[in-house]
Amino acid sequence: MNTASHALDHHDSHHPTGLLRWLTTTNHKDIGTMYLTFSLLMFFVGGAMILGVRAELFQPGLQLMKPEFFNQLIGVHALVMIFAALMPAATGFANWMIPLMIGAPDMALPRLNNWGFWLLPPAAMLLTMPFFLTLFGIGDGAVATGWTLYAPLSVQGGIGVDFAIFSIHILGISSIMGSINIIATILNMRAPGMTLMKMPLFCWGWLVTAVLLIITLPVLAGGVTMLLTDRHFGTHFFNAAGGGDPILFQHLFWFFGHPEVYILLLPVWGLMPHVLSTFTRKPVYGHDAQVWSFIAIGVLGLIVWAHHFLTSGLPIPALLYFMYSTMSISLPLAVLFFCWIATMWRGAMSFETPMLFALGFIVLFGIAGLTGLVLADVAADAQYHHSYFVVAHFHYALFAGGIMGVMTGVYYWLPKWTGHMYSEKLGKLHFWLTVISFNFTFMPQFFLGLAGMPRRIPDYALQFAEFNAISTVGAFALGLSQLIFAYNVWRCVKGGDKATDRVWEGTAGLEWELSSPPPHHSWETQPVIKAG
Amino acid sequence: MSPTVPRSQARLLAALGLVLASGSALADFTWNFPKPVTPIGRDTLSMHNQFMVIITVLFVVVFSIMVYSMINHRKSVGAEPARFSGPRGALQWFWVLVPFAILLFIDFVLMGIPAFHAVIDMEDTRTKADMVLKVTGMQWKWQYEYPDSGIKYISTLATPRDQIDGKETKGEHYLLEVDNPVVLPVGKKVRILLTSTDVIHTWWVPQFGVKRDAIPGFLRETWVRIEEPGIYRGQCAELCGKDHGFMPVVVKAVPEAEYVAWVDKKKTELAAAAASGDRTWTRDELMAHGKETYDKICAACHQPTGQGLPPAFPALAGSKIVNGPLLSPDGKMIPDSHVDRVMNGKTGTAMQTFKTTLSDADIASVITYERNSFGNTKGDMIQPAQIKALR
Repeated sequence: MNTASHALDHHDSHHPTGLLRWLTTTNHKDIGTMYLTFSLLMFFVGGAMILGVRAELFQPGLQLMKPEFFNQLIGVHALVMIFAALMPAATGFANWMIPLMIGAPDMALPRLNNWGFWLLPPAAMLLTMPFFLTLFGIGDGAVATGWTLYAPLSVQGGIGVDFAIFSIHILGISSIMGSINIIATILNMRAPGMTLMKMPLFCWGWLVTAVLLIITLPVLAGGVTMLLTDRHFGTHFFNAAGGGDPILFQHLFWFFGHPEVYILLLPVWGLMPHVLSTFTRKPVYGHDAQVWSFIAIGVLGLIVWAHHFLTSGLPIPALLYFMYSTMSISLPLAVLFFCWIATMWRGAMSFETPMLFALGFIVLFGIAGLTGLVLADVAADAQYHHSYFVVAHFHYALFAGGIMGVMTGVYYWLPKWTGHMYSEKLGKLHFWLTVISFNFTFMPQFFLGLAGMPRRIPDYALQFAEFNAISTVGAFALGLSQLIFAYNVWRCVKGGDKATDRVWEGTAGLEWELSSPPPHHSWETQPVIKAG
Repeated sequence: MSPTVPRSQARLLAALGLVLASGSALADFTWNFPKPVTPIGRDTLSMHNQFMVIITVLFVVVFSIMVYSMINHRKSVGAEPARFSGPRGALQWFWVLVPFAILLFIDFVLMGIPAFHAVIDMEDTRTKADMVLKVTGMQWKWQYEYPDSGIKYISTLATPRDQIDGKETKGEHYLLEVDNPVVLPVGKKVRILLTSTDVIHTWWVPQFGVKRDAIPGFLRETWVRIEEPGIYRGQCAELCGKDHGFMPVVVKAVPEAEYVAWVDKKKTELAAAAASGDRTWTRDELMAHGKETYDKICAACHQPTGQGLPPAFPALAGSKIVNGPLLSPDGKMIPDSHVDRVMNGKTGTAMQTFKTTLSDADIASVITYERNSFGNTKGDMIQPAQIKALR
């Protein structure tokens, strides 16, 4: 580092303030905060959409909306929750925590970092804009094909599909930039002595996630670009009449779509051992085993995609291959569960809000994993597929697994980020309301699926009425409970009891050695990890 | 699984039937698959039940250990944290590896072997098939074709619009009723071929344990052997656009003799309909049959009022195409004219090629109807025989 840049580094007080600070910032903590704020905002946007859907499904019959609008809400809900709520939340965590955990002053590529974030708001606007354009007589609303964009339905669709395609392109560019940055940071900027196998598990979870994103996102981008040319430039990639194949789109989509599930979950799996170790006051059990499990899940995640369309008429060898390879994911996943529980075993547990969320995560994500195991079975899948059973299954994975995992992280790190303690009372209230209303929402959907209710229908036969009513009541309770979360975070940012540097009694790791909140340039002097 | 499961389910269903018969409009809660009536359906149910037992046991065992730990290893009861971070010694390694050996056994033996046989059985569509049924999905109805007897017809939702909009009390089979159900003989192995004319649909009857995609431009296949006479209801399971929730599947399974009689009757009906295409129709006949066909086939998109749902589904009222010339002076089809649209559809939109699914009389009358309704006053008409000549 030469003298000039060294001098600049210390001009903390000279960076712009107000709006310009946020627009121009290249500081990993500011960008992390922006990612998390954006994520929280979009979480409520996506949630509002699905409450509209649940309200329509409260009773049989069409009460509130036309089927066309219903189809738009379900698809955009999924795209918003996945691309604009869950992924940015995980990237926000990475931005905030990876430099702190590995002893770096900032991310490796700070300008790229700023650009990566500022691509998100335009992408979110593109995705939702057709809802508003249609009010002015332009187009027929947002993408109405479900988030999977299956051709030829998406070839047939209106301008909403084009907006969604461009939005996905931009979101993909943003994610790839974030991934490059994370890989560059992790590989180059670790403190001396921190070998890869000594690296904290959160960083490992993200490293595998970033690699998966870089492998799979270009395939999705290619797939949706082919869709775009089919729509407007006379190609026939997905049109049998022109020598194409609609199922090709499903292969391309799910080659991205299945790893995407692990992209959403690996950062959370990486975070869990930190939380469990902290609140059991005991070292992480099986650090290396978890690292290898992350890698194994990443690799297996890349080769099981077709289990998302087992009813499309694949040949028998393909059916058997995708069935057994999918089942084999249960093994590395079981290693993680084993390590989580072994970390708790003979510890000295206390149950602060992050620990409650972590335990809730483990139990409910367990249900997602176990139902995933039976979904792998081709014959039984013929019955589960595209029914509400699947809807329930992936919400146990992505709400209880993804969103509750993110909330675990927020409660765990919020005192470190803000320097204040959040309200433990409100946190616990939020946890219990979330867990109870979540199960009221999604447990009935398992039974709806078994009874034969297909997903993505705006109206249903009378035998499905009771469970749908329960599910809708649960969904509104679940949605409203999240306002407590937003309020608690807001309160904590504004003030509250001062947090110590270590925050929790049982913390371990570099991030807890910095002040709360950490200084502007996180690690100005690189720490050294002692051998052993 | 022992045969007690289906039997207890039968009792449950019987109880449900009583509840329904007693006049209750709403069914009771159901906790499992509806009663299966095919070999695949039975297989699937017994496998599902077995898997549910396995995963419930796994869940209870694993989380009992966790709950035990949460109760006994708490700071508030004075627990002192241990320091271990991995297995030490042969005994600990043994206990670490045992769960994985059990899981391997569950995955690839306990679940894997029955699943293997079920897959092979499910895909065995060709061996000893007694008959073939061809199912074609189209937005938003099903066409059924019996290649052996030349029968072909369309099956659409029969629930009145007013029930959906809440202006009328909903019937017992709300949204799961059609005008023309598929009729299949009991005890015969039916090979089902599936395809689609527009987007991907999925043909699903829960009680058969069968769900298979109908993909435009490709044939997919599956099979059923229905073991009990009855009416079985299902739905399209793949999002296929606006009325995805309104394209039910209804299968009527009847004893063989009854099936043969039905085939004869249907053949006569279809022959009569085909013959009617050769004679000259009066304007009133065309208008009456045209309205009937329009309401059934066209109104979902173009709306009963002909106003459409622009921009996806254009209005017919005042439409340039509908109000354009009918045929060229020498009686040929004009490209992109009204007749061309109805017969050949429009690529890349939901407008299908109706010449493959509708009869000459249907097409002629619906064109005549559209040109003389919704404020359109062309005053002309077209005969079924003219459509026949244009094919």
